[in-house]
Amino acid sequence: MDAPRHRLLVVDDSNVIRRRIERANELPQIEFVGAARNGVEALEMHALLHPTLVTMDLTMPAMDGGECVAQLVQRDPELRILVISALADKLTAIDALEKGACGFLCKPFSDRQLNDAMRKLIGD
Amino acid sequence: MSLETEVGVFIDGVLNYFSTSVQQGALCGTPHLALSEKPELADYTGVIQVSGKRTGLVAFTAPKSMLSVMLMRMQETDMSHENLCDLVGEIANTLAGNARRDFGQQFQISVPAVLSSRASPVPYPDASRPIVIPIDWRNYHARLIVCLN
Repeated sequence: MDAPRHRLLVVDDSNVIRRRIERANELPQIEFVGAARNGVEALEMHALLHPTLVTMDLTMPAMDGGECVAQLVQRDPELRILVISALADKLTAIDALEKGACGFLCKPFSDRQLNDAMRKLIGD
Repeated sequence: MSLETEVGVFIDGVLNYFSTSVQQGALCGTPHLALSEKPELADYTGVIQVSGKRTGLVAFTAPKSMLSVMLMRMQETDMSHENLCDLVGEIANTLAGNARRDFGQQFQISVPAVLSSRASPVPYPDASRPIVIPIDWRNYHARLIVCLN
């Protein structure tokens, strides 16, 4: 069995979604290390936990996901970020990618879709 | 976009939500204008305010029993009031957010507000007539309320 090589931080204002992402992860290479409820918490958790992967919601209170992606990438250009959002228009996805996200998964998602997106994120 | 097309966008969103998130399809009944100014609410309601090119709100309202079963289908073990509120808000957010695929980026949505009483006031726009989309899932009945100027 592969030892975890990637450390995952989940950022979403929904507790149901945070727990779902943690539970749905089937990839042994990925270790869940923490969760944050908004962009401000995500920046704090990043400094504490040093994740290598982040899943990021966009519509959140305090600091939205787009701003948080930009700040995280500036701080850690190697960080791989998968945006997971209900905002389904193409311009939102393009904007997230331009800010430094590596992928975009639209809500709602199945466990299989999530794992496929995570596999792509880690280049497996 | 015609009213019929707009309603179709939300119906597609509802059908996709249930088949993807809980892997069990829902059926949508015939959409209709609210019979009274204020459509009846169920136990929990998630409300998304819409601004930008369109203004108004999108609300998803469902009974506690239905939300609890949906959480179970998601393998969630925490059926607390807080998690039921969280889920109903997340569903409303997802259905409103998915509509941007057709309405565009100028269809701006708020973070969800959650009401956990059938008597809670919903901030409908003045002089508006909400459209109600009935949703049947298993033996449960929910509604999507769309009220856009």
